[in-house]
Formats: sequence, C-alpha cells, structure tokens
Amino acid sequence: MFLIGYIKTIYNTCASLLKGMRMTGYYFFNHKEIITQQYPDVKQELPERFRGEVILIHDEKNEHRCTGCTACELACPNATIKIVTKMEVQPDGKKKKALDTFVYHLELCTMCNLCIVACPTDAIKMAQSFEHSVFDRNQLTKKLNAPGSKLMEGVE
Amino acid sequence: MISLEHISQSIHEALAVSLNPTLTMLIEMAIAGVLVISLFAVLGLVLVFMERKVSAYMQIRLGPNRVGYKGFAQTAADTLKLLIKEGLTPDGADKFLFNFAPLLVIIVAMLIMAPIAFTKGFQLWDINIGVLYVSAVSSVSVIGILMAGWASNNKYSLLGAMRSGAQIVSYELSAGLSIITIVILVGSLSINDIIASQQNGWWIFKGHIPVIISFVIFIIAVTAETNRAPFDMAEAESELTAGFHTEYSGMKFALFFLAEYVNIFVVCAIGATLFLGGWMPFHIGSWEGFNRIMDFIPGIVWFFGKVFFLIFLIMWFRWTFPRLRIDQLLNLEWKYLLPIAMFNLLLTTLMAITGFYFK
Repeated sequence: MFLIGYIKTIYNTCASLLKGMRMTGYYFFNHKEIITQQYPDVKQELPERFRGEVILIHDEKNEHRCTGCTACELACPNATIKIVTKMEVQPDGKKKKALDTFVYHLELCTMCNLCIVACPTDAIKMAQSFEHSVFDRNQLTKKLNAPGSKLMEGVE
Repeated sequence: MISLEHISQSIHEALAVSLNPTLTMLIEMAIAGVLVISLFAVLGLVLVFMERKVSAYMQIRLGPNRVGYKGFAQTAADTLKLLIKEGLTPDGADKFLFNFAPLLVIIVAMLIMAPIAFTKGFQLWDINIGVLYVSAVSSVSVIGILMAGWASNNKYSLLGAMRSGAQIVSYELSAGLSIITIVILVGSLSINDIIASQQNGWWIFKGHIPVIISFVIFIIAVTAETNRAPFDMAEAESELTAGFHTEYSGMKFALFFLAEYVNIFVVCAIGATLFLGGWMPFHIGSWEGFNRIMDFIPGIVWFFGKVFFLIFLIMWFRWTFPRLRIDQLLNLEWKYLLPIAMFNLLLTTLMAITGFYFK
C-alpha cells in the first residue's frame, strides 16, 4: 500500500513538472508576443490624470492666468511652491499686485494635486512629462512663468 | 583532415625536437593553462548571456538587447564593471579565509577540467580513474563555499553556506550512484574507455530504462550540486539576500559567479560524456553508411552541442520550477532519489550481468 502511494507521488510530481516545462518551453520556442514595454523606443500613452509635474499654462500670446494670489503656496503641504509678487502700475495709474516669479521645487513635490485644486483661476495644471532626471539637483528648482509673460486680460 | 589531435600532436613534436623534455612539459603546461583560463573567460561570457536570453524568452521578455549587436556585448560590459569595482573586505571578516575562498572555488572548477575529453585525443590528463577523480574533486568546492560563509562574519552568509553544505553532501550520493551505473555497464572508470564504449550508440539509447532513470537522477543531483534553482537554497535571494556571497564585491564576487557557470559546464560535460557519448558522433548499431556520414561532423562540435543541450535543460529547470524549502530538499534526496538510485543500481547490475542491453 505504501509503495503504491510512493510511486503515485513520483508520477504526479513528474507529470506536474513536465506540464510546467511544456509551458515555458512553448514560450521559448514561440517567441512572438512580448509582454514588456520597449520603453525608450516605444513610449506608452499616459492616462489623462497622470501627474508628472506642475506647469503654468501659457497661451500663444505668452499670457498666463496666474494673479499671484498665493493660494497654491498656502495649499502646498511641503513648501514646493514659492510665489514672488511685484507691484505693477496699471494703465489707469492704479498699482496692482502681479506675479513676478513662480518658483517650483520639483525635488520636493509629491504630486498631491492640492495646488491645482486650490487655484481659483485654473492657472496651473499637472503635465504628463515624467523623465525628470538631471545631474545637478539645482536644475530641479524651476521658474514656471515664461520670460516676458503677463497676466491674461480679464482674469481677476 | 585537420583535427585538434593533430594540432596538439604537432605542437608537442615541434617543442620536443628543439627543447629538453622538462622544458617541453613546462611550456605545454603553460599552454594548457592559458587555454583553460581563456575557455573559462569565454564560458563565463557566453553562459551568462545565454542564461539571460533563455530566461527572457521563457518569461516572454526580450532580455539584454542594448550593448553591442543584439546585446552580445552585455556580459563583457558587466565583466568590465566588476573589474573596476572595489573588492571590499568587511572589518569583522577573517581576512585570509575571506580572500582565499573565491580562489579555492575557482581552482576546484579548474581541476575538474583536467580529465574531460573535448574531442578524440584532445584531453589535458588521461587518467584511468577519470570519473572517480571528477566526483572526488567536485565535492571540494563545498569547502570553498563553507569558507566564504564562515569568513564573512554575516548570519546570512553562514546560513547559506550551511544549507549549501548539507545540500551538496547529500546530493553527492545520488550523483555518485547514477555515475556508477554507467561505470558498471562500461567496466572502466577512464573517460576515454567510457566514450569508446559508446561507439555503436550512446548509453542513454543502449541502456534501456535504468540508464534513463539514472540520467534523470544525475541531472537533478547536479542541478542541486551546482546550487542552481530550484535548489538554490544557498543563495535564495528572497530569504538570504545572496547566501554565502552576500559580503563579496567586485572581482571576488565575479570569481564566484564564474565558478558557478564553469561548474555547470563541467557537470554537463560529465553528463554528456557518461550518457550522451562525449565527443562520439551519433551512431546507430551497424548502419555503416549512416555512421560514416555522422563522422564528418567533428567531435568538438558534437561535444559542445551535447554540453550546451544539457546546459539548456538545466536553465530550463531554473526558469520553470519554484524553489524548494530546505526540508523538501532533503526529503527529495533521502526519501526519493537515493532509494530509487540504489534500486536502479541493482537493476543495472543485473542488466550488465545478463548482458541485456544493446551491444
């Protein structure tokens, strides 16, 4: 009785091992479908909600929607954003607060999306780019407003 | 026809004419040493690349394909990286043993190379106890592994080395018993005699089921002896980080890595010699015409073809089967392989006495 069980174990073991080997052997000799992505050659289409980095939206006239209200700076949990403002003289002679520099520390950012939610004028959004590696970490501190850009008409 | 036998013979004669016997021997030993070392280097590069490609293909991936043409230079680049890395010796380690262990492992791998016949008359050392020599020397490598594990002063290393010791010592038995079945059938321990006995067909075809069983046992046992998955308890990345070579870096690590692949080559060469006829072409009994055609393919091609077939088989195991637990591992050896191998030995002896095999 013991011997029958013993031989049965050996038979079942061999059968299941051969089954596994047939599977891998099939994959080896039928090398057609590749399940990995060939990343640098073929780039994947990222989903719309993917969060790569914060960008300030500029239109074709080099105008942005940021009023310099610092709502994003206050919303940021880890001091990623620093808004530098300046006083700008309006055509009618009044002085008004405007954006000078939008400083963004990519190395501190956790892509939590809170700044985008906080922004009252929808000036910033999350971009899809994710290849951020650089050799010097100073390069990760970015100035988001393009040089010479100014506030869009009618945005308060 | 030019053969390796003629080349080695003519080199020997050319040296013997102009130099005295001692100097001739020394120069020949130096040539043999250089050849073995260069074979090691080439084997290391080729087998690592083969392993990575085979594993990739079995897992529906592409494998290395960036460095050089289709990734062929990948292993050369890896070796270059290992060469320029720092060979660190930990503070708490036993300095002498720690640095000596990789050398011992690679020396053992080199020693087993001696009696292997690559083709007709092309062999480093033709001794009449070739198979015994191989099975004796190959078990010395466990000392190197234990030495590395102990000298590292690291619990993972020690645990890995102890497991490896238990594993190699127990699997040596069934590997030895399956080698003995062929020795019984041939009646000689010499590698050349074993190959010559397969003139009219390889043992795996001539020897009926007992030889096939012993071939299977041999393959399982040598997979365990070379510490490869599914028997890689000594390294077990997920449990022991890297087992006995956790603390090794740079070239010392590379030596362990190289020794693993050279060991695979050597055990597969022994397996090919015993069961698949070594460099002997595929002959069928007395079919003169067929045998004549097969003889046109040189012996070295047959030898390396068989060896690489067995290496592919072992890689296939590695990338298919899950790792065994240590108790399952010892169960497999002592409750299954060893009794079967012993019973099989009895069957083969009966077969040899009654002459019940294809002659």
